[in-house]
Amino acid sequence: MTDIIAAFLMVGGTGFMLVAVIGLLRLPDLYTRMHAVTKAGTLGVGLLLVSAAASFGELSVTARAVVAILFVFLTAPVSAHMIGRAGYLGSASLWEETVFDRWGAGYEEVRREGEEGPSTEANARARDVYGTPDSPA
Amino acid sequence: MEVVEGPLLWAIYLTLAVIGLSIAGALLRVLWGPNLADRVVALDLVAYLAMGFLSAYAVLSGEETFIDVALVLGLLAFLGTVAVARYIERVRSGEALVDS
Repeated sequence: MTDIIAAFLMVGGTGFMLVAVIGLLRLPDLYTRMHAVTKAGTLGVGLLLVSAAASFGELSVTARAVVAILFVFLTAPVSAHMIGRAGYLGSASLWEETVFDRWGAGYEEVRREGEEGPSTEANARARDVYGTPDSPA
Repeated sequence: MEVVEGPLLWAIYLTLAVIGLSIAGALLRVLWGPNLADRVVALDLVAYLAMGFLSAYAVLSGEETFIDVALVLGLLAFLGTVAVARYIERVRSGEALVDS
């Protein structure tokens, strides 16, 4: 019985992994690709680890699988946020059919200021929030 | 070490085959990716795929140690992603050297 459940979970996790890879290959820009990888990839890894835990059926394996799942579920959003912000502040361009860009609407000055160098003290402080962690505040 | 058989064995074979091909696809994105950030996202997915591959292979071989390997792999992937994200932001703010 646990074998059947583990087989179903494993096939489901594989399906989610396949969806993540297809999204990574087919979607048009960095942010949509990141969305596919983070959500579908996280769920796929979680289902595969749950499947391994169910098939072993031992407490030690289950504990390690739960720790691995918790780690992935906690760190995948963090790393996606960091790489998305770095891509936006870097040179990753949005898809040309993007409907709205809320960060670009609100922080255009910060972004432009970062490329041209700060001119006023207020802008330097605003830039410091997003740019350099080591510079004097 | 118990022998795996029946539907679970076929599910494991399917998983290993599909995830192997998926790693090749994700590496294609590493090759194409127009940006450094795209490549990092693709390598993140490669790490997740390797974690899934390892957990399926743990069931196939009956070696529960591979679950630990998957855990460490996830940790290293997170550290690498955070390091490269910091690097991109530092290049943009002019602190680090720019490399194409």
